[in-house]
Amino acid sequence: MNKHSTIPAPVMHQDLRHDSGHKHVSGRAEYIDDMVEPVGTLHAYLALSDRAHAEIVAIDFEAVRTAPGVFGILTADDIPGENDVSPSHKHDEPIFAVGKVHFWGQPIFAVIGETREAARRAARLARITWRDLPAALDVDAARAAGGTLVTEPLTLRRGDVEAGLEAAPRRIKGRIAIGGQDHFYLEGQIAFAIPGEDEDVIIHSSTQHPSEVQLMVAHVLGISQHAVTVNVRRMGGGFGGKETQGNLFAAVAALAAKRWNRPVKIRPDRDDDMQATGKRHDFVVDYDVGYDDDGRIQAVDAVYAARCGFSSDLSGPVTDRALFHADNAYWYPAVKVRSEPLYTNTVSNTAFRGFGGPQGMMAAERWIEDIAYGLGKDPLDIRKANFYGTDDRNVTPYHQTVTDNIIGRLVDELETSSDYQARRKAVLAFNTMGGVLRKGIALTPVKFGISFTATWYNQAGALVHVYRDGSIHLSHGGTEMGQGLYIKVAQVLADAFGVGLEAIKIMATTTGKVPNTSATAASSGSDLNGMAAYDAARQIKARLAAHAARIYEVAEADVAWVPGGIMAGRQFVAFSELVASAYLSRVQLSAAGFYKTPDIHWDRANGRGRPFYYFAYGASVSEVTIDTLTGEYTVDRVDILHDVGRSLNPVIDLGQIEGGFIQGMGWLTTEELVWDARGQLRTHAPSTYKIPLASDVPPIFNVRLAEWSQNREMTIGRSKAVGEPPLMLAMSVVEALSMAVASEADYRVAPRLDTPVTPERVLMGIKRMRTERPA
Amino acid sequence: MHITLSINGKDHELDLDPRTSVLDALRDHLDLIGTKKGCDHGQCGACTVLVNGRRINSCLTLAVMHEGDAITTIEGLGTPEALSPLQAAFVAHDGFQCGYCTPGQICSATGMLEEMRAGWPSHVSEDLLAAPDLSDAEISERMSGNLCRCSAYTNIVAAITEVAEARDEAV
Repeated sequence: MNKHSTIPAPVMHQDLRHDSGHKHVSGRAEYIDDMVEPVGTLHAYLALSDRAHAEIVAIDFEAVRTAPGVFGILTADDIPGENDVSPSHKHDEPIFAVGKVHFWGQPIFAVIGETREAARRAARLARITWRDLPAALDVDAARAAGGTLVTEPLTLRRGDVEAGLEAAPRRIKGRIAIGGQDHFYLEGQIAFAIPGEDEDVIIHSSTQHPSEVQLMVAHVLGISQHAVTVNVRRMGGGFGGKETQGNLFAAVAALAAKRWNRPVKIRPDRDDDMQATGKRHDFVVDYDVGYDDDGRIQAVDAVYAARCGFSSDLSGPVTDRALFHADNAYWYPAVKVRSEPLYTNTVSNTAFRGFGGPQGMMAAERWIEDIAYGLGKDPLDIRKANFYGTDDRNVTPYHQTVTDNIIGRLVDELETSSDYQARRKAVLAFNTMGGVLRKGIALTPVKFGISFTATWYNQAGALVHVYRDGSIHLSHGGTEMGQGLYIKVAQVLADAFGVGLEAIKIMATTTGKVPNTSATAASSGSDLNGMAAYDAARQIKARLAAHAARIYEVAEADVAWVPGGIMAGRQFVAFSELVASAYLSRVQLSAAGFYKTPDIHWDRANGRGRPFYYFAYGASVSEVTIDTLTGEYTVDRVDILHDVGRSLNPVIDLGQIEGGFIQGMGWLTTEELVWDARGQLRTHAPSTYKIPLASDVPPIFNVRLAEWSQNREMTIGRSKAVGEPPLMLAMSVVEALSMAVASEADYRVAPRLDTPVTPERVLMGIKRMRTERPA
Repeated sequence: MHITLSINGKDHELDLDPRTSVLDALRDHLDLIGTKKGCDHGQCGACTVLVNGRRINSCLTLAVMHEGDAITTIEGLGTPEALSPLQAAFVAHDGFQCGYCTPGQICSATGMLEEMRAGWPSHVSEDLLAAPDLSDAEISERMSGNLCRCSAYTNIVAAITEVAEARDEAV
């Protein structure tokens, strides 16, 4: 009996640690910058523009060429294929600017040096003659400059909005500005290209989307995709920031590697990374909402303008997703929402955990809050009055019927477990004492649509080999960035074969094993890749079962899979024994699995369809204390109840929920992006851009899974996606801060705080309360 | 410049540009790649190592300043087969997600526990002269120089607390 033939316990739905844990804690987990560099490795560094919008009249490279350690220079003229890495294929995102720059930090050329230091120093030495052009840096300026769009806007419409607004007993109009966010992945962008024979090139890229890096590099080099292999073992964080933003770095490394036939690595400095790569879109939402005396919404009319930056990148699907979440968990009898993806002279904004959804939901929570303060009610009552129904009041603005609604139960349970009502009374009582410190408490819901809205992205592949000794090799198209995808898919495969996890070797993701994969994004990683691996196992198991029926002379129906092997009639056969005999009988022990999400469709032109396979739900309660003299605040307690269906790995999922909440809290509170009047991002390092610290975690932080939930759709193990939805749980922090601010005017004036709610914004809010407070 | 650095108990002879940081000396000249470069500005903590038992940002100190010092990196604390108590606790508590900040977190925690044992107060200590307690607030405050973008902070603090309590019991 070998080590694989003991009876293993099932591992799906169990608390299992991250597969690389022992390597992470001992510094042995290899990231791209840790790889051994072959002799002759060169280093590339980007030269970035220091103008927001300008014509390049002339470039003098003399000082660059003659700088010590410089091996060569790459410009647009050196690109054999296309000078473009636009993921939307709109040809609007050059690798190197030609004739004109559109934002401060845009790459103009690259220096290839013997060392990174030499390349970096030389990249600053070009003498560029500029002719400045007027720059539109934000939404207002972009509109004033004519409102150029980077991609086609979307309108969602259901019911008669104009009539609904006219007939509504009450009406509010307002505007909310919602800030952006830098990803601040601890491992910055990096690519390492190794040239091969003929047109071949291998690229180690820190990317969530190896297949797209492969496609982009092929376009840039003017070669076929089959010559390009992209490998990703792991990323030091992604959060959406490596869905498309790795393309340019991979392309530059590949260009240099092929041109000089040397390995080439590129890794920008943190400040350059923050200036040259895209972020979460900031939005300005103008709204007009009609409601009745009970706070029930009658009609919503809103426009979602986004600062998209200079190119389309993913701004189309991001602004679409903002509209898809304009409802959060609320039913609107009549609704019209429209996106405005604006061209601005800033870095092109991109994917970030939630992908526009958080901004759409933040706006919804704003008008809920406005209604509550307009009526003098607890915002939670308004939320409940507007929740989607289960049998009626259940059609979204995009005409998808919500069939899996559990928000009512989730919120009721959290309201009880967090002791919300008693704590709200205590907060109100505390504030009536009128001291310098004020408290706020809020409960907000989350409903998040799961699936890529680009329907063709909802496919995945896996490659599974079973070797003669019963050990198993697992490859799939998903990438690991800390979210635990690798361990989850391995759990699926282990249970499918009835073997222990130690039998499975999780391989680095590579385009050579599984082709045409989708980005590991939209929270879809385990849904898609888990199913693809399961499908591969199913094929191999069918062949093994047929083989067992033959050699043990039983009907195929009498072969049953059990932990550790099969029962052939009454005889137990260990997995490794079965595999060994199958090999000798020439049974194929390898399979390519495939999965595509069923039943989804989307007609963008008409704004109708079922873009989402299902919804993930959650709710949170936050309690805060503000200092009305300084605007400083603390988040004192947070309670979360979140739905991940039947969890594939509860400990990993809890980590995603806690981490997502804290990252969302950073987005909505301390993380402020500041561009100066000339268009330079001034918050381009952690000295000025403040992400949450250990000491920012609320001292009381109760996080639970809704253990009774299971996905109504046939997802892997009836689980639900977990990557993005928890980020939006942080909206309750904003709403709690709003309540604390509103106490300054006896809750009679809607606080209307824009995000991020920095201490400065709290202070400005308090000042406004004092000015507008009714006599 | 020719210098000798003592790293993880072993002497290394190096010819370095005097402007080379300890971080670059470790990563680029000694292939000790466990210490990570996050921001290269002393702001994220990913490059934390121990110098004579005290935690420092290795990107902010020059290698030539440390001849004769005992430098300990993550590789010197334990191996995948023989983890230090803190390393094992980080695995047990899932004190990481992407893992990039983890070596810095663990080096920092190793130094931090010694600071607490020596009675150093922190910004949140109520009594500057009393022995610091092992509260979440104390540990979080003392670890606030190490950023974790995945925000695995709850589990990081739990891992550190477990080791600190075990040590207290052993004393």
